Amino acid sequence: MISRVCMAAAALATAALVAVPAGAAEEDWQQVLDRARGQTVYFNAWGGSQQINDYIAWVADRVERLYGVELRHTKVSDTADVVSRILAEKTAGRAQGGSVDLVWINGENFAAMRRNALLGAPFAEDLPNFAFVDTAGKPTTLVDFTVPTSGLESPWGMAQLVFIHDTARLAKPPRDLAALLDHLAANPGRFTYPLPPDFLGTTFLKQALVGLVAEPDRLQHPSDEDFAEVTAPLWAYLDRLHPLLWRGGEAFAPSGASLIQLLDDGEVDIAFTFNPGAASAAIENGELPDTARTFVLKGGTLGNTHFVAIPFNSGARDAAMVVANFLLSPEAQLRKEDPRIWGDPTVLAMDRLPADDRIAFAALPRGIATLPPEALGTPILEPHASWTDALEAEWQRRYGR
Amino acid sequence: MAETVRPLKATERTIGRTARLAARPGGRLVFVPALTLALFLAPIGLGLIGTWAPAIGYLPALGGTALSLDPWRQLAAAPGLAGAVRLTLVTGFLSTALALALAFSLLAAWHGRPAFDRFRRLLGPLLAMPHAALAIGLAFLLSPSGWLARIVSPWATGWQRPPDLLLVQDPHGLALTLGLVLKEAPFLLLMGLAALNQIDAGRSVALARTAGYGPTMAWAKTVLPRLYPLVRLPVYAVLAYSLSVVDMAMILGPATPPPLAPLVLRWFDDPDLGHRFMAAAGACLQFALVAGAIAAWHGVERLVARLARPWLSAGGRGGGGALLRLVSGTAGTAAIAAAGLSVAALALWSLARRWRFPDALPGEWSLGNWMRSVDGLAPPAVTTLSVGLAATLIALALAVGCLEYERRAGIRPTTRALWLLYTPLLVPQIAFLFGIQVFLVAVRLDGSWLALTWSHLLFVLPYVFLSLADPWRRLDERYRRIGACLGAGPARVFWRITVPMLLRPILVAGAVGFSVSVAQYLPTLFAGAGRLSSLTTEAVGLAAGADRRVAAVFAFAQMALPSLGFMIALAVPAMLYRHRRGLQA
Repeated sequence: MISRVCMAAAALATAALVAVPAGAAEEDWQQVLDRARGQTVYFNAWGGSQQINDYIAWVADRVERLYGVELRHTKVSDTADVVSRILAEKTAGRAQGGSVDLVWINGENFAAMRRNALLGAPFAEDLPNFAFVDTAGKPTTLVDFTVPTSGLESPWGMAQLVFIHDTARLAKPPRDLAALLDHLAANPGRFTYPLPPDFLGTTFLKQALVGLVAEPDRLQHPSDEDFAEVTAPLWAYLDRLHPLLWRGGEAFAPSGASLIQLLDDGEVDIAFTFNPGAASAAIENGELPDTARTFVLKGGTLGNTHFVAIPFNSGARDAAMVVANFLLSPEAQLRKEDPRIWGDPTVLAMDRLPADDRIAFAALPRGIATLPPEALGTPILEPHASWTDALEAEWQRRYGR
Repeated sequence: MAETVRPLKATERTIGRTARLAARPGGRLVFVPALTLALFLAPIGLGLIGTWAPAIGYLPALGGTALSLDPWRQLAAAPGLAGAVRLTLVTGFLSTALALALAFSLLAAWHGRPAFDRFRRLLGPLLAMPHAALAIGLAFLLSPSGWLARIVSPWATGWQRPPDLLLVQDPHGLALTLGLVLKEAPFLLLMGLAALNQIDAGRSVALARTAGYGPTMAWAKTVLPRLYPLVRLPVYAVLAYSLSVVDMAMILGPATPPPLAPLVLRWFDDPDLGHRFMAAAGACLQFALVAGAIAAWHGVERLVARLARPWLSAGGRGGGGALLRLVSGTAGTAAIAAAGLSVAALALWSLARRWRFPDALPGEWSLGNWMRSVDGLAPPAVTTLSVGLAATLIALALAVGCLEYERRAGIRPTTRALWLLYTPLLVPQIAFLFGIQVFLVAVRLDGSWLALTWSHLLFVLPYVFLSLADPWRRLDERYRRIGACLGAGPARVFWRITVPMLLRPILVAGAVGFSVSVAQYLPTLFAGAGRLSSLTTEAVGLAAGADRRVAAVFAFAQMALPSLGFMIALAVPAMLYRHRRGLQA
């Protein structure tokens, strides 16, 4: 109840913050709310984590109660499938009533949707709660893998690559790529990464590339004819790494999420995740021992923002906007950051929030294995989205046999 | 029972003639076989064409209007293609050969012995087990951090941590082969058992034994040559399935590269839609691979038949067959144990909160996995249940209609009809499902419940028909004639005599059909279009995830539904006929 009152207050405050005449924006949004009531939103979101699925189920419950919007979670294993499906619908001429109303997305999938004009009109900045977003302190909320979002996707959460180890088994983990190689030479088989094109597997390739490349700035521009030259140090590194990997590099972890299970089984010494709070959440949930801790590499790790976007042919655009707006609400963001629920860092700026919400965020337990912001360091920007496809194809050519 | 009917024999011919004159043979049922064929052969034809066209560059929706061989060039250049084809052939042939060897050696060495009847009762549950659940359970059992390693560690092995061994998802596909054998051997065994009824195997063996042949040799020389032609089609179905399996391959098979069918599926799902042309070409290659493999298998059959002829008549008597009994008995027991332990591993993981290596049992127990999964479990369970029941009921109605028509019109089943029936089981799913999806998108039925049910019906119908045909054709015609003599019309005879007497096989056929529907992975993926998911698609998705406990919950639920179906199929007649001893067998 309190949070609902807060939200109403927040919506009013937002209306005042946005440059549009307050009354008009409020009226427009009221129309969106009116049209949204009774609509069904098919939310295509990665479904590999029970905690996230539970969180989305809670969101569905809330938007039903608050706005009369029915939210259905279509669990996908790879967001690329969703992009492919929407593209297929477009090529088949289905301009309305598409199968996807809202999609959890970022990076090369966003770039692909944008390139193929699958995203309709900008909406993110029309959301009342967008005014809370920390666009200044978290520039990746507006620039997705160097591609400007242009209001075509609305930020949902922050991500930064962190590594996890079990202190009971490995007290001092290797902190850079060279040390990782040394550790594996002494303990062969105790590390792996997910099979690219898995999102996290490709991220590992990019993290290694950023750490090995002569000029990291080169990666901020599209990949070009110098691809082989720029990436040569990465392949040289992987050629040395693979024989030392889990299963001798003959098999890879089937998914990003499975690394946590491998760590818990003791198959590997080090896992990694894109969610700095995931290790704490896993401990809470019985997936990791309470001796698990996280760390980042010297020189920093990749960071980005994940978003939700509305496809051009959604039949429930208004309701999808209502859901996107709710995802940005302090109520939803607070619950998402709670390590007992999901532990996904907020995209909101504390100094833009009402005092009550700020206090609530400050009171959140950080979680036993979560690093404080100063230890996380400044995230490294993602390379331009074009590197992703090129890396995945080259990896497949070299190691996919 | 037959004794009491015998006095009627004299009049039966007359009555039969009168009945035939009275009603036009078959009546309205004449449309059922045609409808059945249209319902399930048309989509396959349509799907094949819809897959072949893009393979030669024609798919207007994606801007492909000119015919070209580019998809095939792209396919030939695809990384990993040669390895994928090699892996597919090795796992497909090896698993089929092993499953056949296991099934036939069990029949040869154990058929007719009391132990065999106990063993036979375990076949039903094994058959009901969906491929995906078995594969997940097997991975939980056999991987280096799996239950078997936990049971023997650290006291016997010294392992404090799992050994770094490539036991599951091995590059040679041995784990996948094992999974396929576990699933297909019971099917072949059951098919073999049904066929044995037709050839009076017991007396052939007895006769050969009086001539001094050992029990195994007697079976191999007098039964096997007549038995094999009767199970030829099921063997081809197993071969086709093993060569094109997707869900099991994703869980137990290697990934660099995977077998051809999962590789093609990966291309279909590529965000770059241009890959679909190559994927269509890959699907055609899969079709050719299966067709070629069946032809090759047929060639080997003929070769073996020719080479074995001198051996058959050479008069070698063979020994007591103790070795074969030992080997097949051990292998059969091991197979049953592996399946049973896989189920147990699923059950344990679904109830575990913490279960660290090398503990033999979970350290902390909890019902939390089930409680947390209720919301996620309900929608796919409802889809699985409703689609499965609908497809099964439609299949039962069609199969009964066809069999009744066949009986009333006095048609004898032909080999050609049997081949038609087997078509959906012989054509690789991936070779026509893409074409069906293109068609469904065009008529806006993709992701609909109707399309999903129809796609399941394609695979449910053949199994329902096959399991119902034998008991239906064997029901003594004279029972019905007695009914007709007493003045009952065909409908009344059907409802008061045929259905009650065949209630048990009808329900078992329904349970078989339901279990087939529950197990469908690829059809659900393509026809469900991401909107409708079943326990199978969810379980396969979760198998690669973070939480083994939740994957176990879904896999266990997926396994429980068809088992429940079989239990109902066995319990209902037992209850209804508890006062009729003759109907209980």
